[in-house]
Amino acid sequence: MAEVALRKVVKRYDDVEAVRGIDLDIADHEFIVLVGPSGCGKSTTLRMIAGLEDISDGDIMIGGDVVNDVPPKDRDIAMVFQNYALYPHMTVAENMSFGLRLKHYPKAEIKARVTEAARLLDITDLIDRKPKQLSGGQRQRVAMGRAIVRNPKVFLFDEPLSNLDAKLRVQMRIEIKKVHQKVRTTTVYVTHDQVEAMTLADRVVVMNKGRIEQIGTPNELYHKPATRFVAGFIGSPAMNFIPCRLEDVGGRLQIRLTDRIAFPLPPARAARYNALPRTDKLLLGLRPEHLTESHAHLEPGVETFDTVLDVTEPMGMETLVYFGLEGTPICGRVNPNAGAKDGAPMRLAMDLNNMHLLNEATGVVL
Amino acid sequence: MSTLAIDKAGPSRKVKYGSMSRDRAWALRWSYFFLVLFAIFFLTPPIYMLITSLKSSAEISAATNPWWVFHPTLSNYVELLTSNQFLRFFWNSSIVSLAVVLVTMLISVPAAFALARMKFWGSTTLATGVFLTYLIPDSLLFIPLFKMLAMVQDLTGITLLNRWYVLLFIYPTLTVPFCTWIMIGYFASIPKELDEAALIDGASWLQTLTRIFIPVALPGLIAATIFAFTVSWAQFLYPLVFTTSVDQLVLPVGITTTLIKGDVFNWGQIMTGALLGAAPPLIIYAFLMDYYIAGLTAGATKG
Repeated sequence: MAEVALRKVVKRYDDVEAVRGIDLDIADHEFIVLVGPSGCGKSTTLRMIAGLEDISDGDIMIGGDVVNDVPPKDRDIAMVFQNYALYPHMTVAENMSFGLRLKHYPKAEIKARVTEAARLLDITDLIDRKPKQLSGGQRQRVAMGRAIVRNPKVFLFDEPLSNLDAKLRVQMRIEIKKVHQKVRTTTVYVTHDQVEAMTLADRVVVMNKGRIEQIGTPNELYHKPATRFVAGFIGSPAMNFIPCRLEDVGGRLQIRLTDRIAFPLPPARAARYNALPRTDKLLLGLRPEHLTESHAHLEPGVETFDTVLDVTEPMGMETLVYFGLEGTPICGRVNPNAGAKDGAPMRLAMDLNNMHLLNEATGVVL
Repeated sequence: MSTLAIDKAGPSRKVKYGSMSRDRAWALRWSYFFLVLFAIFFLTPPIYMLITSLKSSAEISAATNPWWVFHPTLSNYVELLTSNQFLRFFWNSSIVSLAVVLVTMLISVPAAFALARMKFWGSTTLATGVFLTYLIPDSLLFIPLFKMLAMVQDLTGITLLNRWYVLLFIYPTLTVPFCTWIMIGYFASIPKELDEAALIDGASWLQTLTRIFIPVALPGLIAATIFAFTVSWAQFLYPLVFTTSVDQLVLPVGITTTLIKGDVFNWGQIMTGALLGAAPPLIIYAFLMDYYIAGLTAGATKG
């Protein structure tokens, strides 16, 4: 097991820069998830760590050694692919032991390791089957088993759950977490699914357009996003962004959303934003759960306003409400018993204690 | 080959009634019509050969119904199979074909692997070039090839012309390009992740080829083998040009040169020889067909 470090890593394809200078330190035993939309360079980064892609610039270190020119087989890593990539002509046991057999491990040890990994992944009964006799979830387990038996320094996962159906994906997500808790191998996991990223990771790396937007624990990313991209990418339904500006009214700082709607800022927020130029075009970032139905005893900093709902989506434990504020579509989460109906007027409460303020031009969270 | 697979699957399916099945019924009727037509067209000559091979020379030249054997005899078979000359042709053909298959596979499998997977400068152009060489007909190539080998013979002093083993250099010009081409296709259909997984598992390129690619692409390998064998076995022009002594001849040339004496055609033996000559490819087809149809890539990835 080992730490992994990336220093100003760049990947160029002819004229296009797929990865534009990434710095990342992954601690021993850590579970890191690279997340981002397609084309953000996350898979390329993973493949560079694996050695499947050459790096155009910078350094990659595994366990303190620069591995830029080390072939994949000598990096002591194991990779799980999106489409499993099992050897179709080999049984499950043969698939799992292929790497060990190539390295001429003693037969007894190979058998012991395969048995142990199969037990860990609950595939002991399948050990003599061929991949085509397995279901998608079972194949993915075998692919993980193939990685585990090698006992490598680093596990690399390239969107391993994308081919599974929704229910199985949740189940396998938990399996992966359990396996990591047991084997504690440093893991780099690539996904485009932010839920997967949040649930699995010790730290999440959000990537966009070949750069790292933010690195942090799932909670940090959720509650303290650094940029508009991260704020919008993490969380479902996504954060609302409402055009706004600051103004001083009677010595108090208030935030104006529309001609009719303006709220005084809570004192803590007012102090934080007081230095901002009043002319800046700003965005109010507000997660749907901070936009709920109004009730009698509102905390300080929670402001109410009236609107007409466009659409409601009952989810069972909550109802999502959609409405427009001067053309900006907004989503809120209300109690299913709050009486939200399609096309009906409703009084909503906005929790400004949990607001974010963004610069519209730069996308930076202020 | 694929038609065979369809035929096997066809009748076992349940036919439902409705507009879809009416379309299907008509499609089936047309399929059977053309398949029967094809079968008649292609099976008539071998059947005629079989009938003729069972007749004596006297009966062949007699003015009786040519489609019926009135006095069946195995004398043609006995004569050919006890003739050292004919057995020599058979032996030469077998050695040449098997050796050519071996040479072809040893060249085209690694070549196809390199062209399909090791992306190097000019690999795509090279792959197309390989195929283009296949398009040049042997009737254009045989004279320059003859000159080339004559020059090599003069320069080195090694006798090449009029020796059966010269064919081992000549036939691969036909078989290697085509086999390389089909193997490129098969190797290219193997998901890229499979060799990446092997690479990470610690396999060298050679190990990836022998332990992953060849087993997975076995149906393609068999198709290429069948092709190389059939081409070598049936080749006529090159052996006709490059070998002349009776003991160096292969079957197709041997039959025509020794069984036609001046204007005397020994039809019974010609037909017998041709039938016996057609047997080995048939047997090989029958043996390898099941392997060929079995799809081995199933289960590698999701699809």
